Amino acid sequence: MEQPYAIEMLNITKRFPGIVANDNITLQLKKGEIHALLGENGAGKSTLMSVLFGLYRPEEGVIKKDGQIVEIKDPNDANALGIGMVHQHFKLVECFSVLDNIIMGMEPCKHGFLQKAEAREKVMALSDKYGLSVDPDALVEDITVGMQQRTEILKMLYRENEILIFDEPTAVLTPQEIDELMQIMRGLAAEGKSILFISHKLNEIMSVADRCSVLRKGKYIGTVNIADTSREELSRMMVGRDVEFKVRKADAKPADTILKVENLTVASKVHSNNAVKGVSFEARAGEIVCIAGIDGNGQTELVYGITGLEPVKSGKVTLCGKDITSAPIRQRSIMGMSHIPEDRHKHGMVLDYSLEYNLVLQRYFEPEFVNKAGFLKRSAIRAYAERLIKQFDVRSGQGPVTTARSMSGGNQQKAIVAREMDKETKLLIAVQPTRGLDIGAIEYIHKQIVAQRDAGKAVLLVSLELDEVMALADRILVMYEGEIVGELDPKTTSVEELGLYMAGAKREEAK
Amino acid sequence: MKKEKTPLMRRSGFQTLLASLACILIGLLIGYIALLIINPAGANEAISTILKNFLTYSKPKTQLKYLGNTLVKTAPLLMCSLSVLFAYKAGLFNIGAAGQYVVGAGASLYLALGLGMPWYVCLIAAIAAGALLGAIPGLLKAYRNVNEVISCIMLNWISLYSVNILLNKVKEPTSPYTYVLSNTNSDAIIPSLGLSKLFSKNQYVTIAIPMAVLVAVLIWVILEKTKLGYELKATGFNKNAAKYCGMKEKKNLVLTMSISGALAGMGAGMFFLTGFEQWSCTQSAVPAMGFNGIAAAFLGGLNPIGVIFSSYFIQHITNGGAYVDKTMYSAQISDFVSAIIIYLCGFVFFFKYAYSNWLSRKDEKKNANASDSQEGGDAE
Amino acid sequence: MILLIQYTLIFASVLLLVALGGCFSEHSGVINIGLEGIMVMGALGGALMMKFLPGDTSAFMMILLVVLASVILGALYSLLLAVASINFKADQTLVGSAMNLLGAAGATVFVKAMNTAEDVNNVSSTIQYIEAKKAFIVNIGGFEFNWFMLLAIIALVLSYITLYKTRFGLRLMACGEHPQAADSVGINVCKMRYAGVLISGVLGGLGGIVYITAGVSEWKFENGVAGFGFLALAVMIFGQWKPLRIALAALLFGLFRALSNVYTGIGFLNALQLPSALYNMLPYIISLLVLAFTSKKSRAPKAEGIPYDKGMR
Repeated sequence: MEQPYAIEMLNITKRFPGIVANDNITLQLKKGEIHALLGENGAGKSTLMSVLFGLYRPEEGVIKKDGQIVEIKDPNDANALGIGMVHQHFKLVECFSVLDNIIMGMEPCKHGFLQKAEAREKVMALSDKYGLSVDPDALVEDITVGMQQRTEILKMLYRENEILIFDEPTAVLTPQEIDELMQIMRGLAAEGKSILFISHKLNEIMSVADRCSVLRKGKYIGTVNIADTSREELSRMMVGRDVEFKVRKADAKPADTILKVENLTVASKVHSNNAVKGVSFEARAGEIVCIAGIDGNGQTELVYGITGLEPVKSGKVTLCGKDITSAPIRQRSIMGMSHIPEDRHKHGMVLDYSLEYNLVLQRYFEPEFVNKAGFLKRSAIRAYAERLIKQFDVRSGQGPVTTARSMSGGNQQKAIVAREMDKETKLLIAVQPTRGLDIGAIEYIHKQIVAQRDAGKAVLLVSLELDEVMALADRILVMYEGEIVGELDPKTTSVEELGLYMAGAKREEAK
Repeated sequence: MKKEKTPLMRRSGFQTLLASLACILIGLLIGYIALLIINPAGANEAISTILKNFLTYSKPKTQLKYLGNTLVKTAPLLMCSLSVLFAYKAGLFNIGAAGQYVVGAGASLYLALGLGMPWYVCLIAAIAAGALLGAIPGLLKAYRNVNEVISCIMLNWISLYSVNILLNKVKEPTSPYTYVLSNTNSDAIIPSLGLSKLFSKNQYVTIAIPMAVLVAVLIWVILEKTKLGYELKATGFNKNAAKYCGMKEKKNLVLTMSISGALAGMGAGMFFLTGFEQWSCTQSAVPAMGFNGIAAAFLGGLNPIGVIFSSYFIQHITNGGAYVDKTMYSAQISDFVSAIIIYLCGFVFFFKYAYSNWLSRKDEKKNANASDSQEGGDAE
Repeated sequence: MILLIQYTLIFASVLLLVALGGCFSEHSGVINIGLEGIMVMGALGGALMMKFLPGDTSAFMMILLVVLASVILGALYSLLLAVASINFKADQTLVGSAMNLLGAAGATVFVKAMNTAEDVNNVSSTIQYIEAKKAFIVNIGGFEFNWFMLLAIIALVLSYITLYKTRFGLRLMACGEHPQAADSVGINVCKMRYAGVLISGVLGGLGGIVYITAGVSEWKFENGVAGFGFLALAVMIFGQWKPLRIALAALLFGLFRALSNVYTGIGFLNALQLPSALYNMLPYIISLLVLAFTSKKSRAPKAEGIPYDKGMR
C-alpha cells in the first residue's frame, strides 16, 4: 500500500540575483518515515528549508500538506501546519529553565498566570513516551549539548508538530549522543511522526533513514530507498561529476618544512566539545596542502589556532622552526604568515576604508608606509595600491580611493588576495579563497595560488569545494569531526573516495 | 579603470551635512512651536533673539565683547565634543566626557587656588586628570569586559562628589563657590596675548580659544594622517579585522579612552583657568558640558572640523537663550532646542542608511536594465 | 534615628521604583539611560496635579490623581525612547542622554512659562505643593509614613510576580535574552520591547513624583532629579536585574543617601567628620566594583542594547 505524503514540495524554483538556488526541486516526505536530505554546501538545502518555513517565497512550485495545497507566508504558518525544526544553532534562552524554554510561546495559562504544574506534567509525559530524558528545572546554560537538543525536540513535540526537521543535528554531539539521537528519531518515526533529516554524514543516513533525496548545485538529483542503495552510490550522487576546473600545474617539489602543527587542540565557541582534536601535520615549501572536509568539522577553528585569532588549548605550532603557539598575530605576520580569511567581511576587510587603506592593512606599520613620527606616507600608499590594483586586476569605481564596501565581492576578494600574496611571506593560508565568486575570478585566484607554490612558498588551502581540492592540492588532508581522518594523493584518489572520507564513512587508522 | 567624480548627493560628507542641517531646522522648528504655545505674541522675536545671540546688542563693540563670551564657553564644549568624537571613532561611547571634564576642573582649580601653580601646570594637571579618569573605563572594558557606558556613568558621579570634596578646601568661607581666580593667583589665568583686545577687552578671551581649534585640527590630523588614527578607526569600523591584522586591541582601547579623557579634562582647564566662572562645591548635578559634547559631536557629523562649527552653534544658541524676554520665556529654551537636536541625531544613521539603500536599489535597477554592459561587477 | 529610617525608606522607595522600571526595560532588551529624564517628567506631572487640584480634594483622590498624572506623563515620555530605539534602531545611549537633557530643559521651560504667565515677576522654575503633600503622609509617633512606601512595596511584589509567574514576564525576558528564539516561537519582539520601555516609563514617572515629595514641599525643576535616575541604574546593576535583590540594593543605597542628609544628627558619624559627598559617592563606587568583579558572569540581559533585526536569523 502506498503511504500518504505528510508534506510535499513540488517543483520548487527559487532564484536569487545571478543564481538559481533551487531549480525545480521536488521533495516528498511520507508519513512516519525518516527522510534524509543530502547535499554538499551550497547544494540548496537551506534555501529549500527557508521556503518551507515561509522565509522565502518560491518563484515556481507548490507545497502540499496531506495532499492539500497550502500557503506558507511566515514561520508561524509553518508552525500552525505542524512543521517544526531543530536548528543547527539552538534557539534556546540560556538563563531559562528547560521547562520554560519548552513551553515558551505556548504557555498554559490561567488569567495570564503560568500554570507550570500543568506544563510540567505534559512535558514529562512526552519525555517518558519518547525516551527524551531532560531535567525540567535545570537551566539551559548548565546542561549538556545533548540535553539541549532533546529540549529542542521536546519543544516540537509539545507543539504537537507532526513534521520534524533536524538540521545537521549531529554536528555538535559526541558519538554516544549521536547513537541516542538515532534511537530517539527511530522512536519518533515509529509513533507516526515524519522526520526530515538534513545531513551529509553518509553513515548516519545509512543507519537511520528510510529514504534519501539528494541535491547538487541547486538541482534535484533523485530520491532513493536506503535499503536499495550503498554509501558509494549516495556519495556519487552527492559529488559525482567531472572536475570542472583544470589547473595547469607542474609536479610539486616540496622542500623545507615551513609549518608544523603538533597535536593541536582548539576549543569550540558553539559547544562544549573541542572543535579541533589533536591535529598534527606539516606543510613544506613548494607544496599545496589542502584541508578538505564538510563545513563545521573544525577547519575554521584549526585556522584560528594556527593564525592566532583564537588561543589554542594544547599542542604546538611551529613556523620555520620557531615556536609560534602563543605568538601575537602581528609577529606571525612579520615572520612570514599570510592569511586569506574565510569571511572577507568579518576579518578580511575594513569595509568603510578605501581600497588603498585595505591594501596596506598588513603593512601599514612598515617604514615604507609610515615615517618615524607616525604619519602615514600617503603617496607611498597610493603608489603601492596602484601597483597592486594593476598587477592583480582589481576593478573598482574610483580606483584606490573607492570605499571597499561599494566593490563587488569578487574584487574585494581579489584585493585581499593581492594584499596577502604581495607581502614577504613563507606560508600562505587560504581559507575558501573562491567562495561566492564567479568562474573567471576563481580561475584567476587558482592560478595565483599555484604561482605562490611555484615561487617556493608553502600553501595551506582550506576548501569545502571538492573541485577546488582536486584541482589545486598536492596533498589532501581530510578533516572530520575535528580530526584528520585521511591523507590522500589527488593523483590517485577519486572524488567519490574523497566524499566517503568527508562524510565520515571511511577513515585511515592512526599511523 | 575610469575615475569618476562621485555625484554630490552620494558623498557621505554631503549627506552628513544635510542631515545635520535637517536636525537643526527641525529642532528650531519644535523650539519655535514651544515658544508659540507659551506666548504667541513674542515667539518671533524670541527665536530671532536666540539665533542672534550677541548681535542683539546694537554697538559693534558690545557685540564683540559678547561674542567673546560665547567663544569662551565654546572652547570647552569643543573639547568635550572632540572627546566624544575621538572615542566614537574607535567604537566607544564616551558618555564619561562629563566626568572627565569634572576632574579636569578639579585638578586645575586645586592646583591654581590651593597650590598656587602657574596656568600651564594647571592645564597639564587637568589633562592628566582627565586622561587618568578616562583610562579607568578603558581598562575595565579591556580586562574586565565592563560596558564603558555604564562604568562612565558611575565615574561621572564619583568624580563630581570627589571634586566637590577636593575643592571645598579652596572655597570662599561664606559661599559655596571657589575663590576668584584673578584675586588669588593671577598667574593661573591663561594668558590672552592680546586676544582680549580684539574682543573689546573681554578679559576672559584667552589663547584657550585658538588652542581648542588647534586641538581640533590636531585630532583631525591624528585620525586622518597617522598610523594611530589608522588603527583606531579600523578598530572602530571592524574590530575583527583589526584583530586579524594584528592590532593591539586592548592597548588601543585604553589609549583611546585616555586621549578622549585628556581632551575633556583639557576643556575644563581651558574654561576654569580663564576665571569666567567659579566652581560651586555644592552642585548636585554633573555639569551639562560633557553631555552637550555628545550633541556637538553628533551634530558635527563626527568630524573634528565639523564639530568646531557645531560646538559654536550649540553654544551660540545657548548664550542666545539668555537674551530672551524673561517675562515671557526662560533661558532654558535653548537647552530644550539642543536636546531635541541630539535626540534627532539618533535618527540620522537610520535615514542615512535608508537613503543609501534607496540609492543602491536604484543602481541595481539601472544595472539590471543594462546587464550586458560590464559595471565593474563580479564577471570579468 | 527615626529621621534616618524615614529618609532611608523614602529614598529606597524612589530607587526601588525607578530601578524596577529600568529592570523591565532592560529585560525586554532596551537599555534605558533616560530614566533621569523620565523621572523629571513624572515629577512634573504629579507636581502639576498637586498644584491644580482644589485644596479640599480627599486624600485618597489626591494620591490617585497625582500618581496617575505622574505615571501617564512618564509613560508618554518613555515613548520617545521606544520609537527611536525599536522602530528606528537608534543608538540607545545617544537617545537616552538626549532624553535626560530634554527632560530637565523641557520641564524648566514649561514651569517657568507657567509661573510667569501667573505672575510676571515670577521667573522661577519652582512648583510648591505644601498643602497637597500632606495627603501622602501619615504621622505615626514622629515617624512620617509615606503612602508611596506602600506603593513601592506593591510595585516590588507585582514586578516579581509579573516577571516570574506570568506569561508576559517569560516572554518579555526571552526578548531581552535571545530575541531570535522568542521570534521563532511566535512572540512579537517589537511589541514586548514597547511594553518593557512603557513599564519603565510608568515606574520611572512614579519614582519621579516620590522623589520630589520625599523631603521637601516645593521643587525647582532646573535641578532635574539630581542624578537619581543614574543612581537607580546603579541599584539595578547591583541588584543584578532581579527584583528582590534590587529591593535590597535600594535599601542599602537609600541608606547612604539618607546618611548624607542626616549624618550630622548621628553622634559617631558626626564625630568622623566625613563630608556628605562621600556618602553620596559610595553607591556609585560600590556599583563600579561590583561591575568590575562580576561582569564576566554578569546577569545582564544578553541582547540588551542590540536593536532586533528580523532579517538576522
